[in-house]
Amino acid sequence: MTPPGPVGDRFRRFRERLAAEGGDQPQVSDERPDTATGAALASRAEATSGGDHPNDRGRAGGNGVASSRRSAGRRGRRRGGGEELRVPEAEFTSYYGRPVLKGPVWKWDIAAYLFTGGLAAGSSLLAAGGQLTGRPALRRAGRVTALAAVSASAVFLVKDLGRPARFHHMLRVAKLTSPMSVGTWILTAYGPAAGVAAIAEAAGVLPRHGLLGLAGRALPPIGHAAGLLAAGTAPALATYTGVLLADTAVPSWHEAYPELPVIFAGSALASGAGVGLLAAPPAQAGPARRMAVAGAALELYGAHRVETRLGLLSEPYRLGRPGRMLRAGRLLTVGGVAGALLGRRSRVVGALSGTALLAASVLTRFGIFYGGVASARDPRYTVVPQRERVDARRIGMDLPSDRAVPPAV
Amino acid sequence: MLPDPNSLYGPLDPAPDAGYENAPPRMGFFTDTSVCIGCKACEVACKEWNGVPESGLDLLGMSYDNTGALTANSWRHVAFIEQPRPAGHGAVPADVLGAPVDAGPARPVDAGPQFLGMPGGQPPGRGTGVEERTDFRWLMMSDVCKHCTHAACLDVCPTGSLFRTEFGTVVVQEDICNGCGYCISACPYGVIDQRKDDGRAWKCTLCYDRLGAGMTPACAQACPTESIQYGPLDELRERAAARVATLHDRGVPEARLYGHDPNDGVGGDGAFFLLLDEPEVYGLPPDPIVTTRDLPKMWKRAGLAALAMAAATVAAFVGGSS
Repeated sequence: MTPPGPVGDRFRRFRERLAAEGGDQPQVSDERPDTATGAALASRAEATSGGDHPNDRGRAGGNGVASSRRSAGRRGRRRGGGEELRVPEAEFTSYYGRPVLKGPVWKWDIAAYLFTGGLAAGSSLLAAGGQLTGRPALRRAGRVTALAAVSASAVFLVKDLGRPARFHHMLRVAKLTSPMSVGTWILTAYGPAAGVAAIAEAAGVLPRHGLLGLAGRALPPIGHAAGLLAAGTAPALATYTGVLLADTAVPSWHEAYPELPVIFAGSALASGAGVGLLAAPPAQAGPARRMAVAGAALELYGAHRVETRLGLLSEPYRLGRPGRMLRAGRLLTVGGVAGALLGRRSRVVGALSGTALLAASVLTRFGIFYGGVASARDPRYTVVPQRERVDARRIGMDLPSDRAVPPAV
Repeated sequence: MLPDPNSLYGPLDPAPDAGYENAPPRMGFFTDTSVCIGCKACEVACKEWNGVPESGLDLLGMSYDNTGALTANSWRHVAFIEQPRPAGHGAVPADVLGAPVDAGPARPVDAGPQFLGMPGGQPPGRGTGVEERTDFRWLMMSDVCKHCTHAACLDVCPTGSLFRTEFGTVVVQEDICNGCGYCISACPYGVIDQRKDDGRAWKCTLCYDRLGAGMTPACAQACPTESIQYGPLDELRERAAARVATLHDRGVPEARLYGHDPNDGVGGDGAFFLLLDEPEVYGLPPDPIVTTRDLPKMWKRAGLAALAMAAATVAAFVGGSS
């Protein structure tokens, strides 16, 4: 992970810092925790099975800027019930505070795709419902949004590849063990169907006579079939992304595998409902309101579970930027649902609620995405749960811990 | 679709499972860190043979390790750990090499911490004999791709770029890889990595091109102390078990194997190690589990969530008039 740079640049900074701080006190780089110069000492001290060392945390020496900033960030972070969510500092050893895992190389566009993919799925379901129950406003808005969202998804996905020109290599194989391959085929089925359904909406603006008139009469049934096909694949499109994230070594994604599809299904429903609330007059928006309630319930339940059930691995979802995003997303979800239910006669309140639900979906996706990224970058989240597993097994098998062997000094 | 019940988890011979008939024995590495001297010949040999680009020259200022980690441009990485603890922290000081150390000119033993000198100077304790060495040791380990029995990178690859060779190793086909990055998040060891200016994923091939010609991989060929041993995995496992027993006899109780057990979370590694401390000290995960072990459960949860979504939509449209 060493970026090519000027020779010895980081080492020079390290030396200058040492000089400025007057001596042998190990310190930690403020902006580059991965250089973790001080960790050598800490890692050394812990490896002796110490406890006599004042700083037993491996993370960046435990005594540097990083650790104080971390605990400051955690202070005062209580949830509504007054429940103290602080997880006790875990003691662990690492190799100079460096991450064990490679963090995801996916950039923000994958988080954005999580949203647009879910939005497309939710919109297609909304459109199919509108189509079958005679609510043309919902149908039209759903189909058009679905096409826009799935097109944006394709752009995000291809753009994020290391070799975008080779995107079609995804179509070489179909692998159940690769959620990305499964997702590719889901998108391949869904995308054209959603596209045809949206194009069929043009029937309304075509002239009555002539060749175009013929097309205008043929389009609605084609759109009908395509809309149903898109809606049939939409739930798979919305939920496979949960498996996509969970089927990695990223600790906070993997351990959240029971919840991620639930959160993403809820988020997709809520965003689809948001489109309905924005686009449809209050008289037709009833189903969208109920979809919003169902989606918000799934989303809030799932998010609550990942933020509380995973112990140490819940922490990345509560701290820092991901934590702020998820909290803001929760507020907006609650606000959006409340607005949708209370302001059912007002177009303006409905539109505001729809916007809030869409924004909440974006924030939730980005929060989950970046929470996982944070968990992969800090060796604590990799090492501590695995160390606990090993120690539990040792106790179960009644084996002495290697750490208990005293140093012969 | 899944021929072997252990396809995703548990002991398995990977090459026949991947469909090879009459596959040659599974080949691998046994890296014995107790004799590693940290010379980095393996890193250099690997780069030379495989044409791996430079990693960028930088001094990390943490130890003699300036490579830092396994990356797309470093397929071998020599970790370097300094510990205030003698090699073999049992009651009797041990010598992992087993041979008496030749006494050079005697040096006064001082009580406090010792200045270790500049690189290239005499290693501490060389002149004093094994009994009077100070409480300090260096751990060195040449890390490499583990070529797991259950390789998450291979399982999740959506293009089929990663494949299992007839030798049971895992290799990326660079003409197929489109840089989706899924393997990078899936690897429980943080081995495979994206090359920044290139976009594709790269890692150790266990010198697939040399193996096919019956040659030893470049790193093992270059290793001057036989810390890196290459051979059929069964043979290496026997040799490793014997080596651990020898070290325990010589008073190195902390010697242990890592990645040798076919019953571990990844079904055993094709490249395994003899370590002198806990794995995390070397930057290795203490108990890695292949992520696809839970994949059937994940698909089930996704299916349930999808059903819930469809049901909620139906209920939203039929349940009510407003």
